[in-house]
Amino acid sequence: MASEVIRVCGLGKSYVTAAGPFAALREVNLRVEAGDYLAIMGPSGSGKSTFMNLLGCLDTPTVGDYILVGDNVAHLDPDALARLRNRVLGFVFQGFNLLPRMSLRDNVALPLVYAGVDQDERRQRALQLLDKVGLARFADSLPSRISGGQQQRVAIARALINRPQLILADEPTGNLDSQTSEEIMRLFGELNAEGITIVLVTHEADIAAHARRQVRFLDGHLISDQLTAARA
Amino acid sequence: MIRPMLGEAWLAMGANRLRTALTMLGMVIGVAAVVIMLAIGQGAQYAVQQTIATMGSNLYIVLSGSFTTSGVRSGAAGGPTLSVADAEAMAELDGVAHTAPVHFGTRQLVYGAQNWNASVIGTTPAYLDARAWTVARGGAFGDSDVRSATRVALLGQTTAQNLFGDEDPVGKTLRIQQSPFIVVGVLAPKGQNLDGRDQDDTVIVPLSTAQRQVFGTPFVGSVRMIMVQADSAEAMPRVADRVESLLRQRHRLREGQPNDFFMRNLSAAAESEAATTRTMSILLGAIASISLLVGGIGIMNIMLVSVTERTREIGIRMAIGARQKDILSQFLLESVMISFAGCLLGLLIGLAVALGINAITGMVIVISGSAALIAFGVAATVGIFFGWYPARKAARLDPIEALRYQ
Repeated sequence: MASEVIRVCGLGKSYVTAAGPFAALREVNLRVEAGDYLAIMGPSGSGKSTFMNLLGCLDTPTVGDYILVGDNVAHLDPDALARLRNRVLGFVFQGFNLLPRMSLRDNVALPLVYAGVDQDERRQRALQLLDKVGLARFADSLPSRISGGQQQRVAIARALINRPQLILADEPTGNLDSQTSEEIMRLFGELNAEGITIVLVTHEADIAAHARRQVRFLDGHLISDQLTAARA
Repeated sequence: MIRPMLGEAWLAMGANRLRTALTMLGMVIGVAAVVIMLAIGQGAQYAVQQTIATMGSNLYIVLSGSFTTSGVRSGAAGGPTLSVADAEAMAELDGVAHTAPVHFGTRQLVYGAQNWNASVIGTTPAYLDARAWTVARGGAFGDSDVRSATRVALLGQTTAQNLFGDEDPVGKTLRIQQSPFIVVGVLAPKGQNLDGRDQDDTVIVPLSTAQRQVFGTPFVGSVRMIMVQADSAEAMPRVADRVESLLRQRHRLREGQPNDFFMRNLSAAAESEAATTRTMSILLGAIASISLLVGGIGIMNIMLVSVTERTREIGIRMAIGARQKDILSQFLLESVMISFAGCLLGLLIGLAVALGINAITGMVIVISGSAALIAFGVAATVGIFFGWYPARKAARLDPIEALRYQ
C-alpha cells in the first residue's frame, strides 16, 4: 500500500460574518495517497477554495484534523505552517504569481532562500528546473519578457524546487488558451508519472479529466469522489 | 539568509528610484542638519573654552572708581584711586594667589624702519602668573626690574611678528615714545579674548618704567586697575569681600560713602558665556533632531505605502514558505538601508557644508567622531523604529487575503 500524503477527517471551516456564522466547509473526509492525481471540482462558493487553502496550510480548520505527511496541521503555529509550505508543498496559481522584479532564475530559487540553502546550490538547482520545463535560456530574463504559458511553467519549476511531496494547483490553466493548457497539463502528467502527488482545482471537465480521481464540492460538502472514467 | 535579503532590499529600492531618493532626502537633510549644527555649536563652545583658558582662572579686576571734583563726575576708571600699595596689601590677604597692578594704553612702537601701534601694559611679574601666560622665547622681567624701572619689554606674538618679522627680537632694542627698551622675551600666543580682541597684540613692560617713560603719569604709584587672582573658584566670594573691606579701609571711606572702585568677576562673565554657547548648542541640536524625526516619519509613510503596494508579493512569499519573521526582516532591512544610505549621504553633505562655512566665514567648527557616531546611531534607530510598524504590518498579513489582493 502506498503511503498516505493527505488524510482529512471531519474537517470544517466557518467564518463569522455580519450576518452571523457561515460554514464554508462541513464534515469533509478525504484520503490522498502518494502518487495520486486528484482534481477538485465544484461551482464557485462550493467551498473548494476554502478546502485548497486548508490543504495548502494557508489557513487552519475550525474543526477536524488534517494530517499532512504524518503531521496534524490543525494545531501548528504559523512558523511551522510556513515550513510545511516551504518543504512539503508546491503551489501553482491561476495568475502565475511570479515576482515581477526578479529574474526567472531568482523566482524559481526563492523558496530555497527561505529554506536556508546557500547561493551556489540555489542557482544550480533553479537552472536545473528551468531546464526541466524547457526555459533555461530565459534564466536571466524578467517574467514580463515571456508568455503566460511560459510563466506558468516557471511557476511549476518554482513549486518543484524544494522537492515537494505534494503539488497544489489552483486553476493552473484558468488564464491560458486551450493549446497552452494542454502543454501545462502534459507537464503535470509527467510530474505525476515521476511520483509527485498532485491536487488540482478546476471547473473545466476536460482539465479534470487529466486527473486519476475527481472529487466534487457543493455547498461546503464533499459530494462525490470517483475515479476518472477514461483512465479507470 | 542576510545576503539574498540585502540583494532584494536593493532591488526593491531600485524599483522606484525617485521615491527611494525622496524618502532618503528626509534622512539626508536631517542628518546633515544635525552634523552642521553640532559642528557649529561645538565650535562655538570650543572657541569660548579656548578664550577662557587663555584668560586665566578665578580672576577679579578691581578698577579705580569715579571721583567727583567740583561736581564733575569722572566716570568709571576716570582717575587713579588705586595704588601699587593697594595691590601689595591685597596680595597679603588670605585666599589671594596673585595681585598685579596694571596700567595700559596704546602707543607706537618703533624698530628700525618698522612701526606698529600696540597695547602697552605696565605691570609686575605677578601679572603673567595670574593670566597663566608663559614666555616662549627669552625670559620674563623680575620684581627688581619693576623696582629699578629698567627699560625691558616682553613682546606678544602679534607685535613681535609685525615689528621684527622673521628676526629673533630677543636682545634687540625697540623704542616706545622715544625711549629705548630691550626685548627680553617673547610671550606664548593667547589668541582672542571674549571681546574678540587679539591678546597677542601687546607689549608688557615693568609698571614703574611704563608710568615714567611711556605714559608720563602724574601720580606715580597710582594705577587704574589691579588684577586679583583667587586660590580657587570656591575662594572667590570670600576674596571679593576681603578685598572690598580692605580697600574701603585703606581709602578711608566712611560708612555710607560709596566705593571709589569697582570689582568685576572676569571668570563669571566667561562662565556665563560658556553656558550661553552650551545652551545654543543644545538648542541647535534639538532643532536639527526634529528634521531627523520628520525624515523618519517620511520613511514610515513610504514603507506603509510600499507594504500596501506589495501585499500580493507578500502573499506569494508566504505561500512559498516565508515565515512572519522573514517578511518582517525584509521590510525592516529595507527601511534601515534607506535610513543608513540617507545618513551616510547626510554625513558627507553635512561635513562639506560645515567645512564650507568654516572656509567662507572663518567660524570655528568642531567635527567630532562622536557627533558622526551619534548621527549614525540615530539613523539606525530611526530606521528600525519607523520601519518596525510597517514591517510588522506586512508580517501579520493573512496569506490568503494577501494572495487575493489585486
